Amino acid sequence: MKCMPMADWIRQYLFSPDMFSNDQVTGALLAGGEVAAVSAVLGYFVVLRGLSFMGHAVTDIGFTGGAGASLLGLNALWGLATFCVAAALGVGALGNRARERDVATGVTLALALGIGAMFLYINTRYVSAPFTLLFGSIFEVDSDTTRVMAWVGMACLAVLAVLYRPLLFSSLAPDTAEARGVPVRLISAIFLVCMAVAVAEAAQVVGVLLATALLIGPPATAAYLVARPGLGMALAAAIGVLETWLGIDLAYVSYDWPPGGKGWPVSFFITSLALAGFITARLLRPAFRRRVSAARPRPRVV
Amino acid sequence: MPIPAHDATVLRLDRVTLQLGGREVLREVSLDLRAGEFVGLIGANGAGKTTLLRVILGLLRPNSGTVEVLGRPLRRGNRAVGYVPQKQQLDPDIPLRGRDLVGLGIDGHRWGVPFPSARRRARIEEALRAVDADHYADAPVGRLSGGEQQRLLIAQALLAEPRILLLDEPLASLDIKSASEVVRLVARIGRERGVSVLLVAHDMNPLMDVMDTVVYLAEGRAAVGPVTEVVRTEVLSRLYGYPVDVLQVRGRILVLGGSEVLMGGHTDHEMHAHG
Repeated sequence: MKCMPMADWIRQYLFSPDMFSNDQVTGALLAGGEVAAVSAVLGYFVVLRGLSFMGHAVTDIGFTGGAGASLLGLNALWGLATFCVAAALGVGALGNRARERDVATGVTLALALGIGAMFLYINTRYVSAPFTLLFGSIFEVDSDTTRVMAWVGMACLAVLAVLYRPLLFSSLAPDTAEARGVPVRLISAIFLVCMAVAVAEAAQVVGVLLATALLIGPPATAAYLVARPGLGMALAAAIGVLETWLGIDLAYVSYDWPPGGKGWPVSFFITSLALAGFITARLLRPAFRRRVSAARPRPRVV
Repeated sequence: MPIPAHDATVLRLDRVTLQLGGREVLREVSLDLRAGEFVGLIGANGAGKTTLLRVILGLLRPNSGTVEVLGRPLRRGNRAVGYVPQKQQLDPDIPLRGRDLVGLGIDGHRWGVPFPSARRRARIEEALRAVDADHYADAPVGRLSGGEQQRLLIAQALLAEPRILLLDEPLASLDIKSASEVVRLVARIGRERGVSVLLVAHDMNPLMDVMDTVVYLAEGRAAVGPVTEVVRTEVLSRLYGYPVDVLQVRGRILVLGGSEVLMGGHTDHEMHAHG
């Protein structure tokens, strides 16, 4: 094998600046970055409230909506978003009986996936629909959709900013928040709708099966590194955007990877990076913990 | 808010009766809480202690009877009533510091994002010092012990500047030394700030040094008064509806019904450990 200089090797196999002159790539960077940031900020509260499983269930049910809409010749994104929101409200209405909710959610999501599979099976018009729905189509997102997603994402963040303090309060100390007059159930419902919208958007980038990777991965990673809410959300958003951009870059250069002639799926890269980030942060955590306990001179009150 | 004169009534329950699921959980409970008073709300599991707290917080509406806070009818979310809920160990990986949890006591009920200010920071710092929690306030809250989290929740409640502090089972699952520390801390806060304290416990013995009044709940009914007047064989027998004995054993008060220990046989710690 012929040796090539390091810079050329990187240019060919890891990072290629000419991707910025490709419209599909710049579109993907915009849409992906926007979705990753919104998902990460909402995901911070998903992690705080212990709703990871529910976030996943909501996307799976959204898949049924997307598949159904595609079958009817409608825009899959709207079907997906509608079903995500309906699912979030439905699961939220089951209330706070966590154990019951867990079982009910599990059963419902299995059923939803089954129905979605049937929709895709009888859908002969769009052959690529299943793959797109399940694993995303970030390079195909047109600029109109990106603009709509940006507005919707900003609306989600605006709602979250309004909810911020009572949401934090009711996530951490639900009994006290309720006693102080915080409308705990209403806030929970509004938050779930925001979460549903965010995962529907994320599903555009990495597909319904992997949307939770953007929702949970970056905030869970950030949670290992910082313990301040504002900083944690900012870090989560930065990690999410970075992982998404890096994933897009790797998907782009992977055309030159073996077996060649065919790029690797971007979802693979984004989810792998999310997992790698999470594991790295988890490994770094002991150092963080030591620093904290060093700042505590007095012994623990048990 | 002006501090009510000593002996002024800050909380009045008048013949409060409450039914839940067809069962009478509270029967004609009456009680007056005066400014700065320390009251122990004592009773076994299922005696109606938490229900009574939820009535005082305005989260449950009594079927009959009235509740007044500072001379006004009760409403939910009243800042005059501070609440420290029963402990729930927070997830160890929760990405928040103790002081973030405490700060919610100032403005957690308001919409929007908090604006950091020197005044806000100083108030949080003052509340942290009041409960001796300032040295671990920057640690992730989920990594703290139950007792440490409890202190943070007390600090959180204090930041709303309540006239009444309700504490639901703060001594549960604490060892004897930590339990007496919490009791002394709460009593000191009550004294220094003129805050009336209503502390819920299984066992009255850890409270004997600080308690002005006991509210003894059994079978949904309450006997209220100084310990020496309430914790007596004839009073408690009437309350339980069957003969009980009140014993003093090495300075501990025990209430026996037949061969069963109704109160004081275990510390709250042991009761928890044995389920």
